Amino acid sequence: MALSAKNLKVGDVHTAKLVEDLKRTQIVQYAGASGDYNPLHTDEIFTTKVAGYPSVFAHGMLTMGMTGKMLTDYVGDARLTKYGVRFTSQVFPGDDLEARATVKALTEKDGAILVELDVSTTNQNGVEVLSGYAEARVDA
Amino acid sequence: MATKTFPVEASHILMFARSVGDDNRVYADADYAKTTEAGGIIAPPTFAQASAQFDPDYFLRPKIGQPWFGSGKNPTGITRSAEGGGGGGGGGGGLHAEQHFEYHRQLKAGDVLTATTFPGKTWEKEGRRSGKLVFSESVTEYRDQNGDLVITARGVGVRTERPVEQK
Repeated sequence: MALSAKNLKVGDVHTAKLVEDLKRTQIVQYAGASGDYNPLHTDEIFTTKVAGYPSVFAHGMLTMGMTGKMLTDYVGDARLTKYGVRFTSQVFPGDDLEARATVKALTEKDGAILVELDVSTTNQNGVEVLSGYAEARVDA
Repeated sequence: MATKTFPVEASHILMFARSVGDDNRVYADADYAKTTEAGGIIAPPTFAQASAQFDPDYFLRPKIGQPWFGSGKNPTGITRSAEGGGGGGGGGGGLHAEQHFEYHRQLKAGDVLTATTFPGKTWEKEGRRSGKLVFSESVTEYRDQNGDLVITARGVGVRTERPVEQK
């Protein structure tokens, strides 16, 4: 399951489709699970009439969570040591998202071998919606 | 954010994993999870964010008997004083700009975390698509039942002068 340093090199790329045609219901599902009930994510009337956005939009943390699946599917369970992102554009219902991890470096710390990854998620128009990094323990 | 106790429960992990579209059985099936390197049900990487459920003061959850700013009869349930035309913050404390996690060990079902939040830096920037941006940072340390640090989380929120223009 886990990655091996001997099979990795800088520049290696792993990609995964996260979602096609993101549904409002999934955003509602994330609101309920995470406890973030900000109406901007689920309440079309509030969001368009009061907040001034064209429609509800996804929690940044939903995109980070979906992108996290790409990472854990790649590096294996219980292997991440760091994961951080900036939310660079909003994600709206109907969006298709694809995430990409690129091997930036292989390092060693306290006897553990670590892979450093650049992380990026883009929408169907090629706009980056999330930009970040991750670090994970890998086998020798 | 108030310091609070955050019991990490398997059923909550299951619902959270579903919501982010993650069908990995290590989040859902205890018998399977035992056979993996994780050794039992673990939490997905961003699960600590769900600690909001256990923050009694969390302002983005409707509270019994208190006004709520989402729509009901009217587009908002709260009559607010002028706040710059509704602003990109949408009356709810702004948008999430960044989130960072450092995992000191894997978070598992059965852990009971205590979260302590420290305020961080604040800074301003002129944004192309939303006017003046005010950023503020906070750091939350999640410690387990033994007092050991499990996750350090750093979040950055942003308040925008006006709603973000769409590209």
